[in-house]
Amino acid sequence: MIRTNHQIAYDDRDGVLVIRLSGEIDHHSAVNVRTHIDEKLLAERPARVCLDLSAIDFMDSSGLGLIMGRYSLVRRYGGNFTVIDPTPAAKKMIDLAGMERMIPIHYTHSERK
Amino acid sequence: MNRTTIDYTARVENELDLTMPSLSVNEGMARAAVAAFCAQLNPTAVELADLKCAVSEAVTNCIVHAYRDTAGDIRINVKLCEGRIVQVEIRDKGCGIADVKKAREPLYTTDAAGERSGMGFTVMESFCDSVRVSSRLGRGTSVILLKRLHQA
Repeated sequence: MIRTNHQIAYDDRDGVLVIRLSGEIDHHSAVNVRTHIDEKLLAERPARVCLDLSAIDFMDSSGLGLIMGRYSLVRRYGGNFTVIDPTPAAKKMIDLAGMERMIPIHYTHSERK
Repeated sequence: MNRTTIDYTARVENELDLTMPSLSVNEGMARAAVAAFCAQLNPTAVELADLKCAVSEAVTNCIVHAYRDTAGDIRINVKLCEGRIVQVEIRDKGCGIADVKKAREPLYTTDAAGERSGMGFTVMESFCDSVRVSSRLGRGTSVILLKRLHQA
């Protein structure tokens, strides 16, 4: 069986929760990623959330639904949501959907690992 | 994006058939298999990424929409044609699409609760040179993606 290679890493610094996704985001992996992230967001309700897409190898439109859904959830409880450092694969989908009109995209150019 | 008229009857030089059950775990396998088969034409990384994305969208549609809570087979046929044209047909025998024109509209989805973005067909159209959809209610759907690769 093919294992979809997705990972989620959390980095909580000074009230900013950075959620770093890596690997392939498709419909199959998005279901688990969504459940995992939502449990954390609803339990902790961080005021600022950064979704770090700097390690995404593949993303299709399921990734768009995943981003929009988390954005909506964070906004609903009054938090601030930003996407940071999307790879070209992720950026191409973001651009296609015109998502930048709604969600801030930041580039940190950091060497975070 | 360059949109060119593509000959759907171009001579086939190599061909691959795949059949798989409509399990979401097969989405990654499907796009990887198509990409691996197309690699013999030495596509660019961008061309390969575009094809993978388009195939992923079509296969996901079969799983999420065509078969919904049921299960069935997804058939994929890849043809490498004269003129460096890649043709990928993704077929299901699911519920069919009532209004194909509507389904192809950007952001249109029948599954907003499932966080479907409604961008599947838009992705296919943006990343391929041509997308043909034929569907019959209760019978199934065929999506044919065509992409012309750069001339080597």
